[in-house]
Amino acid sequence: MNLTLILFIVLAVVAVAAAIGLLVSRNTVYAALFLVLNYASVAVFYLLLGAPFIALVQVTVYAGAIMVLFLFVIMLLGAEKLPKAKVLPWQRPVAIGLAVLLLAEAVFLLFRRLTTISTPLANPAASVNSTEALRTLGMALFNQYLLPFEVTSILLLVAMVGVIVLTKKEKGEQG
Amino acid sequence: MADTIPLSYYLAISVVLFTMGALGVLIRRNPLIVFMSVELMLNSANLAFVAFARSFNALTGQIFVFFVMTVAAAEVAVGLALIVIIFRNKHSIDVDLMNNLKG
Repeated sequence: MNLTLILFIVLAVVAVAAAIGLLVSRNTVYAALFLVLNYASVAVFYLLLGAPFIALVQVTVYAGAIMVLFLFVIMLLGAEKLPKAKVLPWQRPVAIGLAVLLLAEAVFLLFRRLTTISTPLANPAASVNSTEALRTLGMALFNQYLLPFEVTSILLLVAMVGVIVLTKKEKGEQG
Repeated sequence: MADTIPLSYYLAISVVLFTMGALGVLIRRNPLIVFMSVELMLNSANLAFVAFARSFNALTGQIFVFFVMTVAAAEVAVGLALIVIIFRNKHSIDVDLMNNLKG
């Protein structure tokens, strides 16, 4: 039982507990905050995996920008608590059964060849401490993957224009 | 500190989180929470990507995660705008009320 493993287990428990909290919480704001907790723990997973850039993007983009947008819309709509809708009686057991089936399938497919994936990963500390990994990532992003990078900027522009067009009120429309 | 965690542990976490996201899409009736569950699934896929990138010592996985995050940001912006419009038209965002196309 070494330190990294203990850290991993604690993070795993936090991540899964936050996901369960997201599923069961009645209040939408609590669900959003549970999701932020989940994102934070996954960001630490990224650090453990030697991907500091991805970890920071996770915190700033996901836990920062996206969740602020979610909370803003929740409060704008006043949708913290929705009135209880009538539920189909068979829906929940069927959904849970299907989820268990999905889990079993994924575990079977991923762990069928256990020998290839159970090899321990290389020491993460080596690349975390050096800026070399970041430099390599930046070089790859702006040389080899320059075109996809530019396409994502167009995608974001299109999304922005689309959102403005969608939510714009027509002339003379009330409300 | 040469202690390491096998790739399979990360994959197990990723699989569990993905299943929970799918379960959230199936059992919740609030479209905002359904949306958050979709984000949870994207996130778990990202975790698997980074773990495999680490395992194969290839940077491509990390770069793909970067692109996935960008697309997720665009998707959230458009999706939340749609929810706002639906709320404006129906004064409710219950998924059961979105049945205009039902025959």
